[in-house]
Amino acid sequence: MFTFILKRLLQSVVVMLTVALIAFSLFRYVGDPINNMVGQDTSLEERAELRERLGLNDPFFLQFYRFAADASVGEFGFSYQHRRPVKELIAERLPATLELALVSAILALAIGIPMGVYTALRRNGFLSRTFMTISLIGVSLPTFLIGILLILLFGVILRWLPTFGRGDIIEIGWWSTGFLTASGLKSLIMPSITLALFQMTLIMRLVRAEMLEVLRADFVKFARARGLPTRSVHFRHALKNTLVPVITITGLQLGSIIAFAIITESVFQWPGMGLLFIQAIGEVDIPVMAAYLVLIAFFFVVINMVVDILYFVVDPRLRIDKALANGQ
Amino acid sequence: MKLLEIQNLEIQFPSRKSTLTAVDNVSLSVDRGDILGIVGESGAGKSTVGNALIGLLEPPGIMTNGKIYLEDQRIDDLPESEKQKIRGKKIGMIFQDPLTSLNPLQTIETQLVETIDLHLQIGEEKARQRAMELLGQVGIPDPEIRVKQYPHQFSGGMRQRVVVALALCAEPTLIIADEPTTALDVSIQAQILDLMRVLCKQKNVGMIIITHDMGVIADITDRVAVMYHGNLVEHGHTAKILGDPDHPYTQSLISAVPRPDVKLVRFPQVTYIEDIETKKEDIDISSHWLGQGQNFKSADGPLIKLNNITMRFTTKPAILKKNRIYLDAVKNVSLDIKEGEVFGLVGESGSGKSTLARIICGLYSPLLGEVIFSDTNLTALKRQEELDPFRRQMQMIFQDPFSSLNPRMRVHDIVAEPIWFHKLASSKSEASDIIIDLLEHVGLGSQAATKYPHEFSGGQRQRISIARALATRPRFLICDEPTSALDVSIQAQILNLLKDLQAELGLTILFISHDLPVIRQMCDRVGVMKDGELCELNETELLFDNPQHDYTKHLLDLMPRLDGLSLEGLELSSDN
Repeated sequence: MFTFILKRLLQSVVVMLTVALIAFSLFRYVGDPINNMVGQDTSLEERAELRERLGLNDPFFLQFYRFAADASVGEFGFSYQHRRPVKELIAERLPATLELALVSAILALAIGIPMGVYTALRRNGFLSRTFMTISLIGVSLPTFLIGILLILLFGVILRWLPTFGRGDIIEIGWWSTGFLTASGLKSLIMPSITLALFQMTLIMRLVRAEMLEVLRADFVKFARARGLPTRSVHFRHALKNTLVPVITITGLQLGSIIAFAIITESVFQWPGMGLLFIQAIGEVDIPVMAAYLVLIAFFFVVINMVVDILYFVVDPRLRIDKALANGQ
Repeated sequence: MKLLEIQNLEIQFPSRKSTLTAVDNVSLSVDRGDILGIVGESGAGKSTVGNALIGLLEPPGIMTNGKIYLEDQRIDDLPESEKQKIRGKKIGMIFQDPLTSLNPLQTIETQLVETIDLHLQIGEEKARQRAMELLGQVGIPDPEIRVKQYPHQFSGGMRQRVVVALALCAEPTLIIADEPTTALDVSIQAQILDLMRVLCKQKNVGMIIITHDMGVIADITDRVAVMYHGNLVEHGHTAKILGDPDHPYTQSLISAVPRPDVKLVRFPQVTYIEDIETKKEDIDISSHWLGQGQNFKSADGPLIKLNNITMRFTTKPAILKKNRIYLDAVKNVSLDIKEGEVFGLVGESGSGKSTLARIICGLYSPLLGEVIFSDTNLTALKRQEELDPFRRQMQMIFQDPFSSLNPRMRVHDIVAEPIWFHKLASSKSEASDIIIDLLEHVGLGSQAATKYPHEFSGGQRQRISIARALATRPRFLICDEPTSALDVSIQAQILNLLKDLQAELGLTILFISHDLPVIRQMCDRVGVMKDGELCELNETELLFDNPQHDYTKHLLDLMPRLDGLSLEGLELSSDN
């Protein structure tokens, strides 16, 4: 297990370095950094001097090393557009995105898994067919359309929920949370549902397929033949055996919820990282784009690590390798 | 009072087009301490009877007629909640595959305690106590340690013991075992059957054993019921049914069982089974296509010679050499196979017999040693083009007829592939003629060529595999457990076909099996393998009559005896 984690850590470092390289190449190849920083009336000499001073004439590897070393402590320089350290910008925006992603993920799991189990057990029931149909709509409608429809219904026509922003937030240290105020919570509802809908239907369909597979397994039949009550057969024996693939997909999806909240954040003007990134693209704000890229890669790597470790917790068959290696 | 009484049981599986009657008017009964065997081939409805008894028919199956009484109480019309109380508590069930019968994510203890506490309601502490006792009773050593382990930490035989323990949890009065030993090696099978017999007599419970294996029936049952296409064709004491069956189906079924005691020239013609086109006239090898291009250089010595073959697999890779863990699947094996003989390899699972076959045909390259085919050292040949002519001369027939044929190809194309690959036909029409001829020779008929594999039964598919193997005009066939996935009557047909082809074409065959009676019927010489080593090699009849190695003796001891079979009307082989 220890060697396994060590191996995974090494792989993660390679992934992070590769992403860092791509992010770094943005600086060099998307526009000229000096041009982006200075005004039009700066003379050529001044530009050359600035170039020398910033180390832009140094060899490629030295520059990359400097970038990677700074990035590893979260230092991505100044935003061209906001004239503030990128670190500060991210720290400001991160809580909003993370809170939104967390709520969406919990929603997707808490509704998706029970719906998946239900549709697997009552395969031909009316409610199951309804769920399946709705899930098809959920998968096929684009996120922005769902967001706009929700805004139209609950924000414009019924006027129950705010249509944009985070509402009132409370600062706890550097973290700003919307969980503690009524308007903050209200603002969360529509964006999180919009973001969760696709993941929810995906998880539901996955759980359903896995559940149908496991229910055919011999050990489920044997559990029934021992007279175990239906509930125990379904939930203690069958459901737990569907978890490994569900964990895999959920992990990947959580990563993409964080990474691709961009559309939802734009629709609801949610002050998160996605919105920051979209604006950065519009303004060719390369430090912000690079930081976003590296940060998202970091999230994916961490989530995948956690997923791999969860496998060991869920499935005892993976744990045995260690015992075998010890000569048992 | 009978423990279990089944009256006029009828079970149907309705489908959109028609209704299949899986069980038709079956009446049976079981007493305490009585072991009843239900025997039949696949599709006979025997498992359906077992499932109906515990009220777990696979949908859409329904019981359309009949009554089931357990201890004089009618159980088939009880509501589901009452049936649930009977399952496990009154009727214990044992399934075929111990590898999949247990929940892989829970310890043995959790699964035992859950079941015990549910039925006996004695609290967790006492249930744990009882779990330990049960494991002791079914012969699991160190139950205190083993009970904390997960199913994958047990071997197949040990898992089946755990399954037996689970079935015994609540002291049921009736145990139904559905193919309890089919997935196990012979030595493990003998142990499990022994255990079941002892427990049955000791605890005075009734037992129903559902199996396709006459050996198991002969070994353990008191009475036997023979099923065929949902009907109960014969029913009586085991010795009577095996020795002097009345019904023609039982007669042909029993005659199809490979005899462990004498070698026959061929299996008696089995009537009563799927129709197979009768074969065309025998092949005259001198004029037939299969004989052409056979101008192989005949070997001076044996056709195949294995010199000190060792095969090593890495079971745990590691960067440092000393941390790697290896498994030597084949250890220093040397043997010769003469031209025109059928050489048998027998052994239990994991003995390395299939690995050896794969080394011979070049699917694996051995760590040490050499494979010499017709005086050429194949292990020294590295280039594909050099190997191809030898590949053409040896072909393989695999165990599983369902996964060894590409489901998306027509039979014609499946058989044509090796012909094109080795460029054995000059035109399409010539190839088609050859293919149709081959299909007729393996008993399928020419119209089979246009169909897909899924339209055929297991036995027919194995015939397609044989036709495909013959398509390269080989001189050496490797048959890796060719019949162990088939019913006995089909097995008899396939083995007859192989015998005929071998005689007509003068093939050399390496025949791999775990089944000693089959080996005795098929082979001229036999090698016995255990843990990767070849422990005995001798003429078949000498080996069976006078085994030298302890392991061979052990295997022969475990072979089901099937005493009391008649020899009437059978043609004995001259080897005897």
